[in-house]
Amino acid sequence: MTMVQEQSQAQTNGAASVNGEKGAEYVVRAKDVTKVFKMGTEEVHALRGISLDIRRGEYISIMGPSGSGKSTFFNMIGGLDKPNNGSVFINDTDMAQLDAQELAFLRCHTIGYIFQTFNLIPVMTALENVTLPTIFAGMPAEEGTHRAIELLETVGLGHRLHNKPSQLSGGQQQRVAIARSLANRPSIILADEPTGNLDEKTGRAIIELLRELNKKENVTIISATHDHKMLDVSDRIVWIRDGLVDKIQNREDIEIQVGGIEEGH
Amino acid sequence: MSVEARRGGVRKQVALPWNKSIEFAYKSVKTRFGRSMVTAGGVFLGIAFLASVLISKAIAGSNIEPGESARLNWLVGLSLAVCVVGITNAMLMSVTERFREIGTMKCLGALDGFVVRIFMLEAVAMGFMASVMGWTVGTLLMVLTKFLVGVPKNAPLGTVWYGSLDWLDLFGVWPVGSFWFCVILGAGLTALATFIPARQAANIPPAAALRTDV
Repeated sequence: MTMVQEQSQAQTNGAASVNGEKGAEYVVRAKDVTKVFKMGTEEVHALRGISLDIRRGEYISIMGPSGSGKSTFFNMIGGLDKPNNGSVFINDTDMAQLDAQELAFLRCHTIGYIFQTFNLIPVMTALENVTLPTIFAGMPAEEGTHRAIELLETVGLGHRLHNKPSQLSGGQQQRVAIARSLANRPSIILADEPTGNLDEKTGRAIIELLRELNKKENVTIISATHDHKMLDVSDRIVWIRDGLVDKIQNREDIEIQVGGIEEGH
Repeated sequence: MSVEARRGGVRKQVALPWNKSIEFAYKSVKTRFGRSMVTAGGVFLGIAFLASVLISKAIAGSNIEPGESARLNWLVGLSLAVCVVGITNAMLMSVTERFREIGTMKCLGALDGFVVRIFMLEAVAMGFMASVMGWTVGTLLMVLTKFLVGVPKNAPLGTVWYGSLDWLDLFGVWPVGSFWFCVILGAGLTALATFIPARQAANIPPAAALRTDV
């Protein structure tokens, strides 16, 4: 069977299971995702056919050295980039079938994003930043503001509502970003190196906050990281290497081989 | 299976109402006021020159030499072209600087059209303010010059007549038309210079927009 036939085979299988019971359980399903970047005349195979199913309410860490394809895979799940081959399903919706407006709707309502560099809008206050997604979702202003205040209180920033990002510390900015990601009650939160720009202690607090929200709001958290503090809280750890899934570990396995994580990688 | 079911309840994202876009643009111009004013400086100067030429022509009336009139038109046209190139350059830089912000907005559910619209609104607001100021300064300076030099409106062609400009004459040529012409042209040219950089920025996929480090 040629590569192309294999691909279409995989897609058909994916479509067939949409109505199956598998659908409700998995919030993200990636099938044989490949991505090639063209750097001048050279082709870089960032992803060589990754498949991964993520259950609703899971806390997943995607680990891997830089250049492993981790961030690329992450962008695929988030609908921020398109695969060359293979498909990604979010809540049983094939992302490849969505047009620009439907993708925007998905990013707005279904996925919350947290970035390493926080990415708050610099000209807006914390409150305005958290209200922003509710505006895009068409929520009435009053309801949106109410929701934003409630979320900022949840992340412990009820007293800094009217501060601009430049007046907040890194940890506080990331808390605002977490509140913002939750604004439209998404089913998935994608956190790209959420602790990458934070010191040890602040990073730990952010990880604990994410875990708490994961339990409380039953939101699926997918986090790309190489912060080993993340391992303690993750339900599963997916190791990515050279554009492929190297191995998937459950938390139980991790706890048994404490200290052996480095070797395991 | 219906389209709705196949897409798991994913609907089309709705565009934001205009008042929200205007609020965004206002906030952005306000916060970057100094920067906006530098960008708008080109429009200000161009429009001030245009307004001064228009009022001086209106004061001269039919006494202006045709050759002189054509030369002035050419100069004004050229200065406005230079001003459009200047704003395009400033806008390209400003848009590049805000790639990350654009990428973030798109992650939060902004449509491409919204991004373009914000930049266009900012440009039009800036162009409008700069043009109003440019028109005012250009017109007043030329009227003042005419008073000081003392060339009256109806000086016969080719003669030197040191009379003073009459206040009443000034009312006769008071340039309401020139005001709207200058303001609409200034705002329009700013919008034109912004359109291509804004559309380019809105079209890049969010992943690429977020990757950029500026």
